[in-house]
Amino acid sequence: MVQGVLKRLMLMGMVFFGGIAFGGQKVEVLHWWTSGGEAKALQVLKKLLEQEGYEWSDFAVAGGAGSNAMTALKSKVVSGMPPTAAQVLGVAVQEWGEMGFLRDMSAIAQKEGWDQAIYPEIQKIARYQGKYVATPVNIHRTNWLWVNPKVFAKANAKIPTTWPEFMEAAKKIKEAGFIPLAHGGQDWQDATVFETVVLGVGGAEFYQKLFVELEMKPEMMAKLTEIFKVFRELKGQTDPGSPGRDWNLATAMVIKGEAAMQIMGDWAKGEFAAAGKKPGEDYSCVPVPETADKFSFNTDHFIMFQQKDAAKQKAQDALARLIVSEPFQKSFNLTKGSLPINQNVDLEGFDLCGKKSQKAFVKASQKNNLVPSLAHGMAASAAAQGAIMDVITSFFHNPQMSPEAGAQALSQGLQALAH
Amino acid sequence: MPAIKAKSLWLLGKNRERSFSEAFWPKLMLTPSFVVMAVFIYGFILWTGYLSLTRSRMLPMYEFEGLGAYEQLFANPRWHLALENLAVFGGLFIVLSLFLGLMLAIFLDQKIRCEGFLRTLYLYPMALSFIVTGTAWKWILNPAQGIQQQIRALGWSSFEFDWLVHSDRVIYTLVLCAVWQASGFMMALFLAGLRGVDENILKAAAIDGASSFAIYRRVIIPSLAPVFFTGFMILSHLAIKSFDLVMALTGGGPGYSSDLPATFMYAHAFKRNQMALGSASSMVMLMGVIAVLVPILYSEIRRRKREHSH
Repeated sequence: MVQGVLKRLMLMGMVFFGGIAFGGQKVEVLHWWTSGGEAKALQVLKKLLEQEGYEWSDFAVAGGAGSNAMTALKSKVVSGMPPTAAQVLGVAVQEWGEMGFLRDMSAIAQKEGWDQAIYPEIQKIARYQGKYVATPVNIHRTNWLWVNPKVFAKANAKIPTTWPEFMEAAKKIKEAGFIPLAHGGQDWQDATVFETVVLGVGGAEFYQKLFVELEMKPEMMAKLTEIFKVFRELKGQTDPGSPGRDWNLATAMVIKGEAAMQIMGDWAKGEFAAAGKKPGEDYSCVPVPETADKFSFNTDHFIMFQQKDAAKQKAQDALARLIVSEPFQKSFNLTKGSLPINQNVDLEGFDLCGKKSQKAFVKASQKNNLVPSLAHGMAASAAAQGAIMDVITSFFHNPQMSPEAGAQALSQGLQALAH
Repeated sequence: MPAIKAKSLWLLGKNRERSFSEAFWPKLMLTPSFVVMAVFIYGFILWTGYLSLTRSRMLPMYEFEGLGAYEQLFANPRWHLALENLAVFGGLFIVLSLFLGLMLAIFLDQKIRCEGFLRTLYLYPMALSFIVTGTAWKWILNPAQGIQQQIRALGWSSFEFDWLVHSDRVIYTLVLCAVWQASGFMMALFLAGLRGVDENILKAAAIDGASSFAIYRRVIIPSLAPVFFTGFMILSHLAIKSFDLVMALTGGGPGYSSDLPATFMYAHAFKRNQMALGSASSMVMLMGVIAVLVPILYSEIRRRKREHSH
């Protein structure tokens, strides 16, 4: 018995040390994809890398929607041991680029034809001063309205396409004894709802001015007040238990038929799928009112840190090439519920919502209606995003604050950022 | 003879060696912890202090900048709210915990039955971490599933208890949970204090005809001053560093209405890439602690010295 255990231990040791001695170059990847579907999606990349003889070294930091991972990343970089690659959201690519830590990936980008393959809007985010420093992975759409059609049928309401229609439907749903809008409690969820209202009521140009250029002109006040009015009305469509609730629990309310709708990015699909629900039958995905031809997106990127060792650079090149390659793009995004960043990937096998999302993306991009999501760190620096979200979330939870005062507070917040 | 001399010399040597080791070993044993403290507490305080005077954002930067971060901090409405919240939370938490702890201790001290059981019962919340307290109370106070829902289900359909989701009342739910957790511990402290009061003094007071209320007010409670002091020290540092309770119970919400300085600091230094601002806020917190504790410690030390000299 004891001998058996010892033997097994020795064997394990051999395998372990053998792995270090004979295995290929290690690829250390920092990420926060630890939940079921996400972790499964990442396994694809691991397998592809291992097929090419590289050794995958997982550096997963769970929790805090990536903020824990970012803290770990900062301390790694400051101590001079950056990982091979790290997952970050949009604007962080620029922030890291500014610090001068990132490697110029232009050579591999040219060889692989990224300029043709990747959607131009996504390219822009992956470049710092014109040079590729990151590899985009996926595209999520955030202006989705997740609908339980059974609740709508019971309340005899119509699925809304404008905000007045939304309020009318919500009234009927409430009278029928359901919660119109399932909503959670973190500031980013408030901001997700707010930004879709800005996109719908204000339009894409207004959105860009407000959240990307952080500019607030006096003539924008009237529109902004109108947006805050809709936002205030939306508060009344949520249930009193929403503060402190996680987004997936709000999704569960739609799944269970307690609530009629939720505004959330397309990662919510994973929750529906896990509950065995089918798009088009058990639930529908429709654009948030007044944003049918618009698209607010959120992409994950892997940034590549400068490495002196040529072997490590080679590993980075392989990682970058594989991420953009069609086989990875297809199988990863199928599992994750997002869209491929590579235009050449065919959407065979993607579900209804995925196909809809891709069409909307192309259409919005033609009409210049494609905007980066503020709530998901795509539009403004972390500091600016935080300051804006402070205003949004405090307005949402303070019924005494008038829409005029809300618009005033946001405009002051933006002015303070300019200093 | 020489042998004896040698032996005594050897003994002498051994003695000398022992006195050397008596002085040396404790120092050696204490050095690591002293070094660790010096670096990881005082060293990092200085480092944070310096960072608050730079323009550090995502990563530390060491170019001297000045008091810009402090100006920015005190222009921020969220920081003012955090300070106000701390004043409300800290004040109520300390006063209520001390008061309830004292009352519980006095009642338990009446030679009642099952005292041991009751004492454990009241002390038990202290064995929980603030995370557990916060999570449990989050469910209890949630209007859609907690007390409000339960009482409404019993038939009182207009019953309202939704402080947790009200931005101007949420701070009191924090007080509620923190007091629930800490007052049992305060009770244990006061009980120990009560047991230490000299019986003879009490008897003398009773013979002089003092009522039991007067005995408590004029004799027992004043003699508990050191316990009040200890309690205040423990509670005030708990209040200032409160972070886990807020995170578990409200997450700083609704909005940021239950933010405390510690959660403000965390959000800005680690999530929003505003390291200088975060450092500035933690320096202000440190100054607050010093401003409260130093005068108290000083007067306590003086009082002890006076007692010793008598």
